[in-house]
Amino acid sequence: MNKVWIIVRKEWAEVFKNRFVLFTVAFLPIIFTALPLIMLYATRNSADVSGLSSADMPSGFTQLCGDQMNAAECSQYFIISQFMLLFMIMPLAIPVTIASYSIVGEKSTRTLEPVLATPITTVELLAGKGLAAILPAIGATWLGFVVFAVGARMLSASPVVLSRLADALWLTAIFVVGPLLSIAAVSVAVMVSSRANDPRVAEQLSMLVILPLLGVFFGQITGLFFINDRLILWMAAVLLVIDAGLVALATHLFQRETILTRWK
Amino acid sequence: MIKTDSLTKQFNDVVAVDRLSLEVNSGEVFGFLGPNGAGKTTTIRMLTALIAPTSGSAVVAGFELGKEDTQIRRVVGILTESPGLYDRLSAERNLDFFARLYEVEDVPGQVERYLRMLELWDRRQEAVAQFSKGMRQKLAIARALLHEPQILFLDEPTSGLDPEAARLVRDFIAELRSEGRTIFMCTHNLDEADRLCDRIAVFNQHILALDTPSALRRSVYARTVVFHLRGIHPGFVERIENFPFVRSVETMDGKLVVGLDEPEENNPAIVRALVEMGADIQFVGELRRSLEDVYLRLVNPQDHDTDDSK
Repeated sequence: MNKVWIIVRKEWAEVFKNRFVLFTVAFLPIIFTALPLIMLYATRNSADVSGLSSADMPSGFTQLCGDQMNAAECSQYFIISQFMLLFMIMPLAIPVTIASYSIVGEKSTRTLEPVLATPITTVELLAGKGLAAILPAIGATWLGFVVFAVGARMLSASPVVLSRLADALWLTAIFVVGPLLSIAAVSVAVMVSSRANDPRVAEQLSMLVILPLLGVFFGQITGLFFINDRLILWMAAVLLVIDAGLVALATHLFQRETILTRWK
Repeated sequence: MIKTDSLTKQFNDVVAVDRLSLEVNSGEVFGFLGPNGAGKTTTIRMLTALIAPTSGSAVVAGFELGKEDTQIRRVVGILTESPGLYDRLSAERNLDFFARLYEVEDVPGQVERYLRMLELWDRRQEAVAQFSKGMRQKLAIARALLHEPQILFLDEPTSGLDPEAARLVRDFIAELRSEGRTIFMCTHNLDEADRLCDRIAVFNQHILALDTPSALRRSVYARTVVFHLRGIHPGFVERIENFPFVRSVETMDGKLVVGLDEPEENNPAIVRALVEMGADIQFVGELRRSLEDVYLRLVNPQDHDTDDSK
């Protein structure tokens, strides 16, 4: 069996026995999926949002709606758009929790030395730990998105708004930017975990990686900018570069000798 | 099985291991004794290819350190200072994980074999968190043996264990010894080293002495014979001192304590001399030096300069 997969299986068996980790991994997707559905349910009748006009929305958003949407549909799409970022916070926050508990947990129980004494390479070990954190996050995000899309189909009266959930902007956000964010989050968690001795401290410090995304969230709410096709592609490209740098840095820090002699 | 040549490890300005040169033979139990911070764990970590030496070279089980590290890790087993087990996983799951990392062919078979051998089979499904220290240590030893390593490295195998658990672990090491396994063992327990090791190196950054336990005793301390006499005349000491083979003489609590290289050869002459001088000899016996005496003298020579020998 591939050693990366052996590590992944062990990580899941170990980490998911931790109730806090299990709670975080389950709780975030449930809340972040339910929240937009509740909003959608609350605004499902066009009458609820018909009072909104283009003047109520940040300037520029109506351009995103195009000619195919009427004012009510555009308003509903505006509301839904705010929740796109929730589906990007999920792949960022979940792996941070898993990786923090996984790595700092190994430090505190001194289990890394026997693992490093086996014929596993550092890259295999790091890849295993990374995937063990990333895969549940991506899985939960995608599952949440599917539930959201199905729920939206049932709750929304407008097929035009629904069709937007399958356009390039959303698909790129969920299926490209999400995983890239997960990789960044895990890399940061590995770096922070190398210095922290308490998984909660490591988790809290690593969560700072969410701040730029929250900036985007508030930027969009306040109408400073809107995530459109071009911006999401830029985000993906920039994240790709950042990920490459972070992975290299995390791998550099995750060396046998460093772990055994400096990780205290 | 192990050959090191001037193996050195330096952490910034601190020299942890200084030009270590030694050979460990196949089937030998080699004891590595030294105070805390002597560099014992660093040595084990270097020899198991966990950390790289700063300079020097070593060949472990035929593989060159630094060039064939993965092969070395494949053929050595290590019991780390702390058992390092996954508390939330069962004993069986812990071993299964490591057996797969070591690419063991028959994973379930080997896991069962060692769980049974160490009498943990009945509790294989329990989370390791529920295990006692002794059981954890046994499980960690099982983990180190799963892939049938050519060399087993044990770092303080009985450290922190209660006497009963320590005995269990010691008995198991003795069993491994009888199987002809090559074992490199760091320990603070000198009695354990004395009983289990074929050869011992006393180490503090570098080797202070290396030999069999009995030869170490002889090399550090002369053998000491105690003559219990009914009254000691001052002339006795002077007379005994004149023998060329006597290394030291002193009186202690009405006894004459004599340091000799070959008591079997020298005792009759001393007894004759004492009888001729009118001494009433009640009893003659040898004072055995413990390995602890030898160790302390080697590690802290300044504290033992006034000892009764040499």
